[in-house]
Amino acid sequence: MTAAPARSRAVTALLVAPAAVFFVFLLIVPLMVVVVFSFGERAPAGGYSPAFTFDNYLNLAARGKAFVNTLTLAPLATLLTAIFAFPMAYFLAVKVDPKWRVMLLVLVMAPFWTSQLLRYYAWIMLLGGKGIPAWLAYIGIADVRIINTPWAVLIGAVYGFLPLMVPPIYVSLEKLDKRLLEASADLGATPIRTFFQVTLPLALPGVATGSMLVFILLMGDYILPQYLGGGKVFFIGNALVDLFLQSRNWPFGAAVSVALVAIMFVTIFFYMRFVLGKTGTRRAALV
Amino acid sequence: MEHPVIEFRNVTKRFGEVAAVVENNLAVKAGEFLSILGPSGCGKTTSLRMMAGFEQPSEGEVFIRGENMTGVPAYKRPVNMVFQHYALFPHLSVSDNVSYGLRQRSPKPSLAELAREVTEALAMVRLDGYESRRSYELSGGQQQRVALARALINRPAVLLLDEPLAALDRKLRREMQIELQNLQRDVGITFLLVTHDQEEALSMSDRVCVMREGRIVQSGSPRELYDKPVSRYVADFVGKSNFFAGPTKDTVISVRPELVEIAANEAVLPEGLSAHYSVKVLNRIFLGENTEYRVANDTLGEFMVLTPRKSERSSGTFEIGDTASTGWRPEAALVLAAT
Repeated sequence: MTAAPARSRAVTALLVAPAAVFFVFLLIVPLMVVVVFSFGERAPAGGYSPAFTFDNYLNLAARGKAFVNTLTLAPLATLLTAIFAFPMAYFLAVKVDPKWRVMLLVLVMAPFWTSQLLRYYAWIMLLGGKGIPAWLAYIGIADVRIINTPWAVLIGAVYGFLPLMVPPIYVSLEKLDKRLLEASADLGATPIRTFFQVTLPLALPGVATGSMLVFILLMGDYILPQYLGGGKVFFIGNALVDLFLQSRNWPFGAAVSVALVAIMFVTIFFYMRFVLGKTGTRRAALV
Repeated sequence: MEHPVIEFRNVTKRFGEVAAVVENNLAVKAGEFLSILGPSGCGKTTSLRMMAGFEQPSEGEVFIRGENMTGVPAYKRPVNMVFQHYALFPHLSVSDNVSYGLRQRSPKPSLAELAREVTEALAMVRLDGYESRRSYELSGGQQQRVALARALINRPAVLLLDEPLAALDRKLRREMQIELQNLQRDVGITFLLVTHDQEEALSMSDRVCVMREGRIVQSGSPRELYDKPVSRYVADFVGKSNFFAGPTKDTVISVRPELVEIAANEAVLPEGLSAHYSVKVLNRIFLGENTEYRVANDTLGEFMVLTPRKSERSSGTFEIGDTASTGWRPEAALVLAAT
């Protein structure tokens, strides 16, 4: 390496600059604005008026239902998505002829090509009175309500986020050394035990990555609860829309936002620590 | 008569059109250290995988301890394997790797029992105190020992070793060869080693089977294979040899390079040689304890001569371009099948 260090540093700075500018002006600065707002007061006509008070935070319990809904349904939906995604990823990575893999992976991703809104409307039809409940009534199971219940939100979440969960699990299963499975069988483990003792633990980094993606997006989601929860099953995101656009209580909305970001950070921190501690494959964990 | 521990009865294995193993009747005797030697693609690894249960024969049967095991899956077979690249579980500690086999049994042994067995197994491969390490923290040689302990702790009917030393450097390989041999004597378990390295096979085994294109071409003690090869193929694969035209079209004459005597002239060659050939020295390779000469004679063509350091005092050394005289005793020349 004979290149002048000063020059290579300049090149590095140039390459990093766009991302740095992006993060500073579109992430850190707005986040600080939100933090500052969260200590303010609601102006009489709505909006923000400078102050320094903890009232907004002390008042968070007023939106407790939104927090409870988000913190129960988002983890549950993430878990369900992972449970549905694992067999798909396993099938793609282990069982399918390699020449079909790419095509099938593309098919898994295909729902992303149509508008999210359109897909939720389709589910409203399916889950609404004339959809699945009507078919169930036809075979004798009457009075099933799905739309505007937590079940509708869960179904929509699993459907909507499956394409995000499958690829990271697929990657970790594809990397899995098949000789380890032979070694496990050789040492007397039945196929089922091999799955739980070798395959699953080694695929856990992929499951963790996928779960993080899905969990973060779900925590902040508001379209899904809006459409499939019909305003009855509302998330923190719905509370924010309400606070900023309807009651125009910006400082309280800011406090709710800060609480949401804080919860996300803490959850992810502990989740990653748990997963990393379990697998011990630190290097592979973030792939 | 005692049953062989593992026995192939007319085993053939085909992958599509290709036959990897053909009408094979390999038998492993209890307590022996047997090597299967052959070049890559000769069917030796496929044979091993059929014993372990990872592959099933296309035809024929596999018997383990006199019991027909054809079609029985790997996890129900009383054999264990040391894989070529060890295949240690990266998410488990050394101790959990080693106890893996015992933990699959039912009823499961107690924790105290597992700990005792693991300590014993690690002591056997001289890795005392490594229980809590992870496999990726270990050197190649240490990983090798963990793989050995993980297999031996189950006291298998046969320990299958798939090119176990191929990934180690030369010096470590020598050490592990000696260690494997001692280990086999100590635990009294039958070892079956698959290798393409003739030195490895000769130095460790009680018996060696040479394989070619799915069949066993010769089996015997290392000394028998070296001194009495049945064909050019075996003589060439087990050690080095010079081949000259034989008395008939289907035969060759084989002379091991270390059995060729070389001297400055006929007068100083030892007595009792069948013939003398004057040669020109084409090349010389100094190997430390030996020197290898490549020489040429008008009628025989090129051949190799290996002289030990000790005999250089009487024979002298030769430079490239020197003329010298060579010869060998009648019993050194073997007439072999040319195939």
